[in-house]
Amino acid sequence: MGPLWTLTAKSGMGGPMRTSYDVIVVGGGHAGCEAAAAAARKGASVCLLTFSRATVGAMSCNPAIGGLGKGHLVREVDALDGLIARAADAAAIHYRMLNSSKGAAVQGPRIQADRKRYRAAIHAMLYAQPGIAIVEGEAVGLSLTDGAVTGLMLASGESLRAPAVVLATGTFLGGKLFRGEESQAGGRTGERAATALGVQLRALGLPVARLKTGTPPRLDGRTIDWGALEAQPSDEKGWTMSPLSDGRPLPQLSCAITRTNAETHAIIRAGLDRSPLFSGAIEGRGPRYCPSIEDKIFRFGDRDGHQIFLEPEGLDDPLVYPNGISTSLPADVQRAMIRTMAGLECAEIVVPGYAVEYDHIDPRALTASLEVRALPGLFCAGQINGTTGYEEAAAQGLVAGVNAAAHAIGAAPMRLDRADTYIGVMVDDLTLQGVTEPYRMLTARAEYRLRLRADNAATRLTPIGLAHGVIGAERAARFDARQRQRQDIEAAMARTYTASEMARAGAAVRQDGARRSLFAWARFSEVGPDLLMRLAPELAGAPADLRDEILEDAHYAPYLERQEAEVGDLRRNERVAIPASFDFGVIGGLSTEMREKLDAARPESLGAASRIRGITPAALAAILVHVRRRAA
Amino acid sequence: MAHTIFALSSGTPPAAIGVIRISGPGAGLALQQLAGRTPPARRATLALLRDPATGEPLDRALLLWFPGPDSATGEDLAELHCHGGRAVVAAVEASLGAIEGLRPALPGEFTRRAFDNGRMDLNAVEGLADLLAAETQSQRRAALAMAEGHFSRRIEGWQVALLRLSAMVEAALDFSDEDDVPDAGIEQRIGEEIASLATDVEKELARPSAERLRQGISVVLAGPPNAGKSTLLNAVAGRDAAIVSDIAGTTRDRIEVPVAIGGIPFLLTDTAGLHDGTGDAIEAIGMERARDALAAADVILWLGDPAAPPRDDAILIAAQCDRPSHHSSSVALDLSAVSGEGMVALNAILLDRARALLPGEGDYALEARQRGGVALLLSHLHAASGDDLLIVAEELRGARRTIDQLTGRASTEDMLDALFGGFCIGK
Repeated sequence: MGPLWTLTAKSGMGGPMRTSYDVIVVGGGHAGCEAAAAAARKGASVCLLTFSRATVGAMSCNPAIGGLGKGHLVREVDALDGLIARAADAAAIHYRMLNSSKGAAVQGPRIQADRKRYRAAIHAMLYAQPGIAIVEGEAVGLSLTDGAVTGLMLASGESLRAPAVVLATGTFLGGKLFRGEESQAGGRTGERAATALGVQLRALGLPVARLKTGTPPRLDGRTIDWGALEAQPSDEKGWTMSPLSDGRPLPQLSCAITRTNAETHAIIRAGLDRSPLFSGAIEGRGPRYCPSIEDKIFRFGDRDGHQIFLEPEGLDDPLVYPNGISTSLPADVQRAMIRTMAGLECAEIVVPGYAVEYDHIDPRALTASLEVRALPGLFCAGQINGTTGYEEAAAQGLVAGVNAAAHAIGAAPMRLDRADTYIGVMVDDLTLQGVTEPYRMLTARAEYRLRLRADNAATRLTPIGLAHGVIGAERAARFDARQRQRQDIEAAMARTYTASEMARAGAAVRQDGARRSLFAWARFSEVGPDLLMRLAPELAGAPADLRDEILEDAHYAPYLERQEAEVGDLRRNERVAIPASFDFGVIGGLSTEMREKLDAARPESLGAASRIRGITPAALAAILVHVRRRAA
Repeated sequence: MAHTIFALSSGTPPAAIGVIRISGPGAGLALQQLAGRTPPARRATLALLRDPATGEPLDRALLLWFPGPDSATGEDLAELHCHGGRAVVAAVEASLGAIEGLRPALPGEFTRRAFDNGRMDLNAVEGLADLLAAETQSQRRAALAMAEGHFSRRIEGWQVALLRLSAMVEAALDFSDEDDVPDAGIEQRIGEEIASLATDVEKELARPSAERLRQGISVVLAGPPNAGKSTLLNAVAGRDAAIVSDIAGTTRDRIEVPVAIGGIPFLLTDTAGLHDGTGDAIEAIGMERARDALAAADVILWLGDPAAPPRDDAILIAAQCDRPSHHSSSVALDLSAVSGEGMVALNAILLDRARALLPGEGDYALEARQRGGVALLLSHLHAASGDDLLIVAEELRGARRTIDQLTGRASTEDMLDALFGGFCIGK
C-alpha cells in the first residue's frame, strides 16, 4: 500500500508551534472537521491534529452525502451552522430527493459529491473560520492530571495542552485492513493506524470493542460502457442541501445502474472461503443490513440480482464508485465478478475493495455531551463511537465540538432532545443502548418522526444553536428574517372561516357548520394551496420552503398534537436528574440484569433510565424514591 | 396532561369489599360518569354505580371523594368501596377502563404519584423493594400464562404480523431506493394485510371472556333417569328449582340455577336423564341437550354407573345413599340430599374444583389489561388504513407499543430485525 506520511508536528503557517489550546481535535474526517469548526464558532481556540493536512475533509468511502435519515442529520448539522451541507452543495454533481412522492417527514435529500471539490470546500471553510490551527502529527497518548484530560502527547515527542480533547479517529484506532488472505494495519487504504492511542484507551479501562466496515473496488470510468446502462439523471428541481447555498455551482452528471447476475453470484460463492468475513479472520461484528456483496449472496441466496449504482467521484476524475458491491474478496475474485456485469465487461479496477476492522468505544461510557464519563475533558465522535456514515459522524462531531468548547470555557453543555432532533435520537440511542453493529440513522429510529422533518430542521435547531452561541452572523440574520415571515403567515392562518365561507371561496368542503382556522382547514384535501394563498396572501409571498413547511405542519397537525402529549410524559421524567455518583446497588429488589444495564449506561435522568430496555415501571419508581432520598 | 389511573387497592377478590382507587385529573369525571354525581368531599355516601355506556347497574357502593392536593396521592382521588366479588370488581374496572383518559395503574404508580406530589414520606415507600420482588414473581407467572394460553398465542401471532407489516412500511419509507424493496403496489398490499389483521383482532375482541367469572362455574348434573339429579340440584341451590318426582324422566329439558358457594358463583344445570332407550321426540331432544351441556361443563356431577362416567374428571356420586340399595364403594362421594349426608363434602369438592378453574387474581388482572390492549390495538389498526405510509407507520408504531405493553418487550429492535431479515438492504 501507499507511503506513510511524515509524522512531524508542524503548524500550518510555519514558525514556532503553538502548544496550548482550548480544544484539541484528533482526526480530520467528517466528525473532526465539524468538531473543530463548532468549537471555534463557540469561541474556543482549536488545534485540529491530523496525520496529513491533505486528507482533512476527505470522503473516505462513497461519494454520496445524505439520504433517508442521513439527509435529516445533514440538515440538522446545517441548522446548527455546521459545514457538511454547504460543502456538499459546493461539490455536488448529482442531486436526488429520495421518497419525493411520500410525506416530507421521510423525504431524504442526497447528493453525489466531487471528492476533490468537497475536500477543497471543507478546507476553505476551516481556513475562513478564525481560531483553528491545523497541525500535522500523530497522537500517541492522552496527558492526564488527577483523572482529567490536560492534553496530548505526539509521536514527535512534543506535547500539546488543552482542557478538552475530542477523539474523532474514525477507523484508525486499531484499524486493520483485510482483502482476501492479506491483512495489514491501517485505517484507510494507504494510511497508517493510530494504534498507540487505542492501547492507552484500553489500558485506561474504557470499554473497547471491535466492529467492521467495508468498501467496494474503485473503477476506472473510462473503461465502463456507459451507453449500455440505464442512466439516473440528477434531480431537476433546484433544491440545495443547505438553504445558505446559492444554487448548484457545478454541472450535473448522471449516475448509471447495473446489476449483479447469476454468473457474478457463482464467482462470489466460489470465492467465499477466501473472504476474511467467512474465514473467521475478522472478529468484529458487521451490521444486519448487508454492507458486503458476500453477505448479500450468502444471506439472500434466492435473489437473482442486486442493483449496483455507478457513481462518478468527480467532474475531472475518472474514478467511479460502484455502490452496492462492498467486498473484501481477493483482488482476482473482485476483478472476475466485476466483469460479469453489464457495462463492466472491460472495466478496470483502480483500487480493489477491502474490509476494515477497528476499535470503538462502548458509547454507553459517554454522557449525552459525548464526554467520556470516567475521563472529564475527553470527548468522542464518529466511528470511534460505533457509528457508520459521514452524516452520523458529522453530527456527533458537532455535538462533541460544541461541548468540548463549553467544557473548556466554562459554558453550559448543549444537550439535544430525542423528541426534537435526529441528533438527539442518535446520541440517546448510543449512550443508553450501546451498539452491537455499526449504528446508522434510520427514520424508523425516531418515535417522533412526524415532527422531525428534514424541511423543518432550521425551525427546530437554529434557536438552540443561537442560545449556545454557535450560529454565525449570516445564518442568524437569515433565520431572523424567516421567523418574522413565519409569524406573519401564522397570524394570517389563524383567521377563522366557517364551512360555508370556505364553500363560497371555492372549496367543496362538507357543510358541517364548523368554524376553523385557515391552519386547520389546510389539512382538508378540498382546500388546495392556491385557495390558501388567496385567503392568506402572506403565504403566497413567502419563500417556497417556508410555505411547504407550514403546510406540512398543518397536514399532520392532529398527529403532531397527539405526539405532543407523549413528549410531555417524556419531559416529566427527563426533569428528574440521577446524580453521576448514584449507586444503583442501594435499590433493593432490582434484578441483576437491570442493575448491569443501569451501571453500563449510567442514565442521567429518570427519563433516560425509562428508555433502557428491560427497566420496569416499578424499578423506575424505586429509582425515583432513592434519588429523592439522596437529595433530601 | 397526566393520565388518570385506577386499581383495586384492597385484597384479592372474592372478599367482603373491594376498594377501587382512582387518581388523577379525571377522577371526578369518572365518579360523575359511574355514580351520576360527585359526592361531597371527604364524606362517605352510598350510590348505585352504572356502566356509563350501557346504563347497566354494576353495584351499590360507598363513594369517597378527596379533591387534590389534600389526598393520599396529592391528586384528585376517588375511592369506590364495592362488594368484593370477582364479577363486581371486574365489571367496575371494565367500566372505568372504558372512560376516556383512564387506564389501569402500573405497578408502583400510586406510590410514585404520591411521592412525586410530596404526599408520602420516604419510609412509607420502602415497600417498593417488595413490590419489585413481587413483580418478578408475577412476571414469571404471567410469562407462564402467556406461554400456555390461547390468548397469548394469538398475541404472538399478531406481533409477528405487526412486525412484518412494520418492516414492510419502514422498508418502503427508509429504503425506497433499494431494489429489493417492492415499490409499486406495496401500499395496497400493506392495506390489505392490515385489514385482515384487524378482522382477526376484532374476532378475538368479540369473543366472550371471563365467562366463568361472570356466569359462574358450570356444574352439570347428569346420569340415568330417576337417579336423584333434581333432588340434588335443589339441595345445593337451597330451594326447589326443579320439579322432583319419583317418576323417571320428570326432567325433560335443562334447568339452570345460579348459586354462590363460598363467594364463588356457580351455574348448576340439571339435565334430562340419559338412557339408551328410544323415548318420545321431546325426550330425545332433552337428552341431546343434556349431552351438549356435558360437553361444555366445567364440572360434571355423575350420578350414573361409576364405571362409565361421561368424562374422566367427572365427580362420581352415589346419591340417595339413604336408600339402602344405593350404597357403593367405588364412588368419590356418597350423599343424600334428603338426610344432608355428604353435602358439606360436596361443597368442599366444588370449591376445590372452582379454585383450580378460576384464573388467579394476577392472571385475571392480566386478562383485563390484555382486553384493554386489544381494543387499543384494534383502534390503531383501523386508523392505519389509508395510503399515506407515514400515517400507517405512525399507527403501526402505536399498535406495536400496545403489544409491547402487553408482552413487556421493546420492539424497535425487533422491527429492525424483521426489516433487515426480510429485505436485502445496504450499499
